[in-house]
Amino acid sequence: MNQIDSQSDSATMTSHDSSDSPEGISLRVPANPAAETRDPSPAIRMNHLSAWYGDFQAIHDVTLNILSNRVTAFIGPSGCGKSTLLRWFNRMNDTIPSAKAIGDVRLGDTDLLSKATDVVDLRRRIGIVFQRPNPFPKSIFDNVAFGPRLHTRMTKSQLQDVVEWSLRKAAVWDEVKDRLHAPALGLSGGQQQRLCIARAIAVGPEVLLMDEPCSALDPASTLAIEDLIFELRKQYTIVIVTHNMQQAARCSDQTAFFFEGKLIEAGPTTGVFTKPSRKQTEDYVSGKFG
Amino acid sequence: MSEKSPMDGVEVRSGSSRMKLDHRFKWLCVSVAVISVLTLVALMTSILTQGMPYLSWTLLTGSPEPDPNQAGIYPAIFGTVWVCLLCAIMTLPIGVATAILLEEYQPRNRWGRMLYSIIQLNITNLAGVPSVVYGILGLTAFVSMFGLFESHNGKHGVEIGVRFYDQFYSEGERAILVSVESADSPMTRPTESMMSLDVNLRPVQVIVIKPGDSLPNDDRLAFTLFNDAEAGRISKKTWYYFSLPLGRGVLTGALTLMLVILPVIIISSQESLRAVPSSLRAGALGLGATSWQVVWNVTLPAAIPGIMTGSILAMSRAIGETAPILIIAGIVYISRAPQNLMDDFTVMPLQVYNWISRPQPEFHGIAAAGIILLLIVLLSFNAIAVLIRYKLQKPLS
Repeated sequence: MNQIDSQSDSATMTSHDSSDSPEGISLRVPANPAAETRDPSPAIRMNHLSAWYGDFQAIHDVTLNILSNRVTAFIGPSGCGKSTLLRWFNRMNDTIPSAKAIGDVRLGDTDLLSKATDVVDLRRRIGIVFQRPNPFPKSIFDNVAFGPRLHTRMTKSQLQDVVEWSLRKAAVWDEVKDRLHAPALGLSGGQQQRLCIARAIAVGPEVLLMDEPCSALDPASTLAIEDLIFELRKQYTIVIVTHNMQQAARCSDQTAFFFEGKLIEAGPTTGVFTKPSRKQTEDYVSGKFG
Repeated sequence: MSEKSPMDGVEVRSGSSRMKLDHRFKWLCVSVAVISVLTLVALMTSILTQGMPYLSWTLLTGSPEPDPNQAGIYPAIFGTVWVCLLCAIMTLPIGVATAILLEEYQPRNRWGRMLYSIIQLNITNLAGVPSVVYGILGLTAFVSMFGLFESHNGKHGVEIGVRFYDQFYSEGERAILVSVESADSPMTRPTESMMSLDVNLRPVQVIVIKPGDSLPNDDRLAFTLFNDAEAGRISKKTWYYFSLPLGRGVLTGALTLMLVILPVIIISSQESLRAVPSSLRAGALGLGATSWQVVWNVTLPAAIPGIMTGSILAMSRAIGETAPILIIAGIVYISRAPQNLMDDFTVMPLQVYNWISRPQPEFHGIAAAGIILLLIVLLSFNAIAVLIRYKLQKPLS
């Protein structure tokens, strides 16, 4: 089933490559409309979120829904608050003493900003992949098994199953299966990043946050990660922050454009890139600034 | 090019002069290194030539007798090993835990930050305090414990692991012990029904006779007492003997050395924790690790090699430290290795100092031999630590 899907994905991508997209931006149109008919209910509902670092307001009153089983791209120039927003979803900003946020952000019934929320469980449900690959200085196996070991007391064989499943999901299994106990830092940058994705999905998250996951990688690795993202959306809700407009266009379903901490425009990627309703969005996606 | 660059017309330094400076700097480094190595070689040669003839089995196993031919350093070797092991066992957990608190558990509010900066300031300042000051601190805080546990008769206030006996000498000149409750119990009167023990603490039956009665002629003589016999109070200490105040024992020495090296260990551990990339912490946090799980699984393993290096340096200092131990233990004649944590002790540097200050030239040679042994103990401690570091440092990068 997966196999067929991915084949048709790539087929559609090539057929649409140079057809109706403006400025040479290729849009990857969903391949299998049947898969898209699954209820696109919001996974994360965000109402009037504002966030500060000390006195500096980084996010101004953002209201946005993140649809489940879709890839949502956050685009915008540097310093527009998109990474900050992402890091509030799983409370990574808790490590910054001066960071604070008000508003209402919910994953299902869980209030993400509440002090009472179990942050540890929240981060299990909302995984994150960082800009630079950051595998632990352990073996490949131990890297993927790290999360399951934190949250469960699995037997060795269960752990092996989880590791293999995650590495297969992250499309890196074939490259590492013969050296699972070799140091993870010996892998190439792209492999390391896919290992980090495997590590993130090994704990069974519902949402995957990706903070510019390809900005430290070469084009070939970037392509591999983008294919992977498109593949993973069948199972996970994905939010990706990117500086790369083509990347947002290629691998996302929804796009939200931020500027100076404000949400300027959000909607289906095709719409935002081809028929932006705001002047700022148009200028940004067409490369006039940013 | 029509536009004028600010670099136009600026004279570029000639390559040869810069290369000359580079060359000179390299030679400066080489000569400094050579000088320090030569100094070490000179010191080692002088110690070895003086000390080697005096290295002997007697020196290694004997007690520090006043006769140079019988003088040994055995009690001091064991004093050093005991004190330094105890010191390491106490200092490492406290030091590393403090460093983890200061580096990994950042304060959330202004008061917390203030408290942290006060702690940090104290630690940094304590690292520079002369060790003799710690000796005086140890004297007040550990030896007498500010007089808190002093009982009225000047004896130890709290004691664990000690038993008191009244000791009689029988007519056969054998010691007979009678167990008593405490050091302040009334003296035992000899009666035939009292629970008596011999020197090996086996129960014996005593015979009490009146003055004028005839003594038994057989081996019962060994357990025969006159009814007016007087006992002396003695104590037997077990290996886990413990008392408060701590007194001038091994534990006090170790605690005082702990004060000396704790700031060094905390600061070096902090440095190694700080050197762990924050991306690793973020990665673990992002997977849902608690602060403790981050520290235990990610930060600490990555920082262990650095922490061990700092600890090795600190322990080397502890082994060689003389001044605080001199204040705690004083120069006393110790003929045996410490038997419990409260036992009197001496350490190798102190013994060496003691010998050097004697007028007889033989003792100066013995002191040199003592220095050689001290170096051997120091190097074996370091070798163990390096081995541990090597074992913990998995080649995963």
